Amino acid sequence: MRLIAENLSARRGEDLIFQGVSFALSGGESLVLTGKNGSGKSTLLRVVAGLLRPESGTVTWQADTGDKGMRAAEACHYLGHRNAMKAELSVHENLTFWQQFFGHSPQGKSLSVDEAADAVGLGDITHLPFGYLSAGQQRRMAFAKLLVSFRPVWILDEPTAALDVSAERVFTGLIESHLRNGGILIAATHQPLGLKNAQELKMAGFAGIAEEVW
Amino acid sequence: MAALLLRDLKLSVRAGGGALIGVLFFITVVAVIPFGVGPDLNLLSRIGPAIVWIGALLSALLGLDRMFQTEREDGSLDLMLMQEHPLVLTVLVKCLAHWIGNGLPLVIASPLLGLFMNMDEVAIGATMLTLLVGTPALTFIGAVGAAVAVTLPRGGLLVSILVLPLAVPVLIFGVSASYAAVEDPAPFLPPFLILVAITMFFAVLGPLGAALALRNADD
Repeated sequence: MRLIAENLSARRGEDLIFQGVSFALSGGESLVLTGKNGSGKSTLLRVVAGLLRPESGTVTWQADTGDKGMRAAEACHYLGHRNAMKAELSVHENLTFWQQFFGHSPQGKSLSVDEAADAVGLGDITHLPFGYLSAGQQRRMAFAKLLVSFRPVWILDEPTAALDVSAERVFTGLIESHLRNGGILIAATHQPLGLKNAQELKMAGFAGIAEEVW
Repeated sequence: MAALLLRDLKLSVRAGGGALIGVLFFITVVAVIPFGVGPDLNLLSRIGPAIVWIGALLSALLGLDRMFQTEREDGSLDLMLMQEHPLVLTVLVKCLAHWIGNGLPLVIASPLLGLFMNMDEVAIGATMLTLLVGTPALTFIGAVGAAVAVTLPRGGLLVSILVLPLAVPVLIFGVSASYAAVEDPAPFLPPFLILVAITMFFAVLGPLGAALALRNADD
């Protein structure tokens, strides 16, 4: 399986944020986006996840098994700045909902809700409403959402924001085991995730100014 | 999809869900009418079905803007857009959940308000039946407005203004069917069937339009 991005460029309003971004990732590979604030890391991730229309270029997903017409977004888990969990529902209800809504993927193995909560180190507080948790705990639970249903590609936007050092280690461990199982990772981050042999893409930002589109 | 329906129903009855707010608003609006109009029982029973319908329409508009906005604020909408199930189906299920949470309580509360308005039992029954058939159309129309205004921070009033003109036919045929049930010469079935047709029409068009608007709402 391969995730291929060809010649992507994206625009926000009038500004061309980046252009000519191409990469190809196959199972077990990871890509880390770095660059200063506003350099277009999040925008690139949203384009890959199919949430923003690229100005030019395509993102394609080649699965191992049949299923040619699959959109790239359907193979992806996206963890953005926001956690996509409801503060009024308990953690268990949140995770159960997403597990059922994501559906079962035939390829990889998915954890049960309790196993996923254990994996992020918060197995004993799943009965609490999500809104009661601290910011770091909420982030961990949002990460547990990636584990309850298998998707080959993980797209993580600042996954370690609001986390302490030990939680970062837990995340790195989970990401490494995802990569060992043939998964693909694309992450935007300021802190180094401590991944071995990750490709790095430096985002320069504001291509429009250099290109003089005005 | 059953999971989504269940989750939205749970959310609508928990804190901030707004299911009860709609009913309370409905009861408040209709309950003050007799105080304003005065104790003329004949007049009250004559305007009763119209007042109950207008009250239901206004309360149905009340919770609409939160339909997709809460999902967008916490990032759930992004994940819903990425899934392989068609977005139209997701929107349809959200509409159904919204109607069960916000529309059905209005239908259930309407007989009580019929008593406030001195309506006889036939008129109460007819109003309840037309509300049962007509309020889903309000939700489906409202879904389009809610989807269009999803990126606007305070889109509540805008949604109401967008939705109201499209909701007027529902009001007209709902009220005329309710009147036809009590006033002799007018036939009940034609306006009632048109109301059914409007609901079915918007059950198809509403989710389609809302899904299209959500896809293009990328910020």
